[in-house]
Amino acid sequence: MEKFQKVTGIAAPMPLVNIDTDMIIPKVFLKTIKRSGLGVNLFDEMRYDRAGNELPDFVLNKPQYRDASILIAGDNFGCGSSREHAPWALADFGIKVIVSTSFADIFFNNCFKNGMLPIVLPQAEVDLLMKDAEKGANARMTVDLENQQITTSDGVTIPFEVDAFKKHCLINGLDDIGLTLEKVSAIDTFEAQSAQSRPWV
Amino acid sequence: MSAPKTLYDKIWDAHVVSQDEDGTCLLYIDRHLVHEVTSPQAFEGLRMAGRPVRAPEKTIAVPDHNVPTTLDRVSGVIANEESRIQVEALDKNAKDFGINYYPVNDIRQGIVHIVGPEQGWTLPGMTVVCGDSHTATHGAFGALAHGIGTSEVEHVLATQTLIQKKSKNMKVEITGKLKPGVTAKDITLAVIGHTGTAGGTGYVIEYCGEAIRDLSMEGRMTVCNMAIEGGARAGLIAPDEKTFEYVKGRPHAPKGAQYEAALNWWKTLFTDEGAHFDKVVTIRAEDIEPVVTWGTSPEDVLPISAVVPAAESFTGGKVDAAKRSLDYMGLEPGQKLTDIKIDVVFIGSCTNGRIEDLRAAAKVVKGKKLANGVRAMVVPGSGLVRHQAEEEGLDQIFTEAGFEWRMAGCSMCLAMNPDQLAEYERCASTSNRNFEGRQGYKGRTHLMSPAMAAAAAITGHLTDVRELMAAEEIA
Repeated sequence: MEKFQKVTGIAAPMPLVNIDTDMIIPKVFLKTIKRSGLGVNLFDEMRYDRAGNELPDFVLNKPQYRDASILIAGDNFGCGSSREHAPWALADFGIKVIVSTSFADIFFNNCFKNGMLPIVLPQAEVDLLMKDAEKGANARMTVDLENQQITTSDGVTIPFEVDAFKKHCLINGLDDIGLTLEKVSAIDTFEAQSAQSRPWV
Repeated sequence: MSAPKTLYDKIWDAHVVSQDEDGTCLLYIDRHLVHEVTSPQAFEGLRMAGRPVRAPEKTIAVPDHNVPTTLDRVSGVIANEESRIQVEALDKNAKDFGINYYPVNDIRQGIVHIVGPEQGWTLPGMTVVCGDSHTATHGAFGALAHGIGTSEVEHVLATQTLIQKKSKNMKVEITGKLKPGVTAKDITLAVIGHTGTAGGTGYVIEYCGEAIRDLSMEGRMTVCNMAIEGGARAGLIAPDEKTFEYVKGRPHAPKGAQYEAALNWWKTLFTDEGAHFDKVVTIRAEDIEPVVTWGTSPEDVLPISAVVPAAESFTGGKVDAAKRSLDYMGLEPGQKLTDIKIDVVFIGSCTNGRIEDLRAAAKVVKGKKLANGVRAMVVPGSGLVRHQAEEEGLDQIFTEAGFEWRMAGCSMCLAMNPDQLAEYERCASTSNRNFEGRQGYKGRTHLMSPAMAAAAAITGHLTDVRELMAAEEIA
């Protein structure tokens, strides 16, 4: 996995609350057996009309946000399905960081597995970042994972929390499966004990 | 004596393989359910790394999301090429990796969350995962069950564990008895209406109270199924005699002495007196009415007697979201919910595709006809549910009323298969999500119970089922 250290880029504002996984990547695009190539269909039904023409009002279609790498979003981003196609589509588009007051649990976890950083902040700070994002392409934010802080285009810094283990994995680009397989003897032991105590499993 | 524990604490503790200083745990997974949409990339990852499936005997796969539900599917292949490729990939992966498999033409095939309990794979006290958010369903057995993404599917396939941090404990108590004509679906929608779709984020919910105890296993599965719609990682209900009775004798449930040993442990699976909950929600069962959703979030729940709300009646970001929902749904504030006309009725899904759901709908439909212009389908949750319903003559009741009687699958719950709404069609649906586009591009979904959906099919508009029949006769 690609290492995540610091991102400086354009932030796109998406203040709508409860942006769900069906909005992020409609089910018709889940029929792929690959992980790549979903970026073009990110937010498909909000982004294009039925004929496939771009809807000019949608934020990521506006010239100043086409190269966004950060999303500032309304409450409860990513609610709904477990589809990892949602973070795959965001990552394929070029999104590296999403900031909201809250995220759906499965979506939140899925982001980290794909080198993306979801950040939870209180409402007032999300509002401040939303205002900064609304300034457009000249207002670049920096998200520094090592030091756990966001710097707005005005130089205001906002600290954020991140799980220590998840941070470690992101910064070093670590593969979870490889890490877990280092503990294979503990799994063997658990299975052997469990075969005694819960043989019906 | 050790500190009192919640049911969640007990199941969690029984599955911790190792724990790091920061609380990150490796959690053992007892059952891994797999379907065709969220697994191909995971199997591909195993192949690329040359890794086997660690515990194929604990891994169960079934295609459900993509499969057509028309009767001719028994003889044909899936017409949509992408869908066919996904199902064929699962056929191949199940064979190559030696996992338990119910292919499309097996009578035991169905929606993964209906097949798991039906076949006795899901047992009390287990950890159950699946690359599907409605895995919460299995919590009805007192199993810790939740959805995972594809990277985690690969992780479980390779290691039979998940890297997890413990969630917080939340208790949702439904006190007293439900009024006649109010069902499990009304409970679970009413809870989400109360807590909001993010109210459960970071929590595992334990549902308890007299109204929950009174529910059948089918009803409990309906309640837990939608825990995810309230944002919770999982929903749990402590196992009891109903649970043990349901499990006993199923193909993969323990038998004989092993059953007795299992039963002894299962009987310890309850929340201890005085155990700590981080959040408690209490709802009086008698306050719950038959409900429907009006908007595009499962939290947009109102009693059927209500009117469509104005966006301005909400606060914060929900005002704009409600405006968007009303526009999408084509509704006007102040409109009576019972005046909303429908085009389509869908009875099925992992929320309400079990035998009891079909019985409840059939009771309402019996001897009546679909309203003019309404298209309606009943999609059993599994081949075995379908078979059972036919034994009971339910298929006759539905087809005589004008419903289509289908083969098992996810069907119109998520429109990844041919069962979809056309643009602007309005559906009374027993499924779990009313998101924009969920049942088809520009399709409009109202969530409700099977009895309420059946009532809408007969009248052609959203209807309080208690006006069609005596409340006591409704399931």
